[in-house]
Amino acid sequence: MPVKVIIPTPLRQYAEKKEWLEVEARTVAEALSAITAQHGDLRKHLYNDEGKLRSFVNIYVGDEDIRFLQKEQTPLKENDVISIVPSIAGGTAPSRRAGQVLRCICS
Amino acid sequence: MSLQLNKPQLDSIRQHGARDYPSECCGVLLGKADGDAKQVTEVVPLKNLRHDPGRAQELLPLDDPGRETDKNRFLIDPLDQLRVEKGARARGLDVLGYYHSHPDHPARPSHYDCEHAWPWYSYVIIAVEQGVPKDLTSWVLAEDRSAFGAETIIKES
Repeated sequence: MPVKVIIPTPLRQYAEKKEWLEVEARTVAEALSAITAQHGDLRKHLYNDEGKLRSFVNIYVGDEDIRFLQKEQTPLKENDVISIVPSIAGGTAPSRRAGQVLRCICS
Repeated sequence: MSLQLNKPQLDSIRQHGARDYPSECCGVLLGKADGDAKQVTEVVPLKNLRHDPGRAQELLPLDDPGRETDKNRFLIDPLDQLRVEKGARARGLDVLGYYHSHPDHPARPSHYDCEHAWPWYSYVIIAVEQGVPKDLTSWVLAEDRSAFGAETIIKES
């Protein structure tokens, strides 16, 4: 059934600059699989190396966080709107993983 | 990339940083992007979800919640983002980036900021020293996530 996936601004460059994609899917997993099949560059931003959804990625069906539904197996209805919401976090406390993740201009 | 803001917008970020000191404040930048040039049309303050440690921990767990608090961490409620994005889309605006404060810390991204950043977004940081807003900078993560680079801030006259 057709559903709409809203693409956040930082990921549009990997989806031909589209604000949303329409795909056929019965579950959230199918919808995400369909958009990454169409636009392969989205994959590394949504999934980690083990193929799991990254913890910095929030997925909503309508106004509901799929963490509190059936996660990626959450069933979809026709014309459901799925939103990819990037986690926005930061702060000054030293990170335990500092130095091993990124080459940054960091304090 | 460049980020254009006017004085009232810059002042509202500075004032938010001072108001919420010694906690970290956060908010969203809405506007229009034309190629590499982003023009901010609205600055929207949001709440720091680290004030609600239970819910924040459910959404994005911290390694050490005893040491990491709203004074040195921020997290934006994804439901707030969803609401703001919907409203912005309806007005033909996009989310260009986010801002947050560094209480008693320089306006440079921390490792934790880098680890949690997304490409393309502008990350504005306002340093607040003893309650007084100081330097304001903006940063963009490289597309390959390899580095965080300073972004030019254009002050609209």
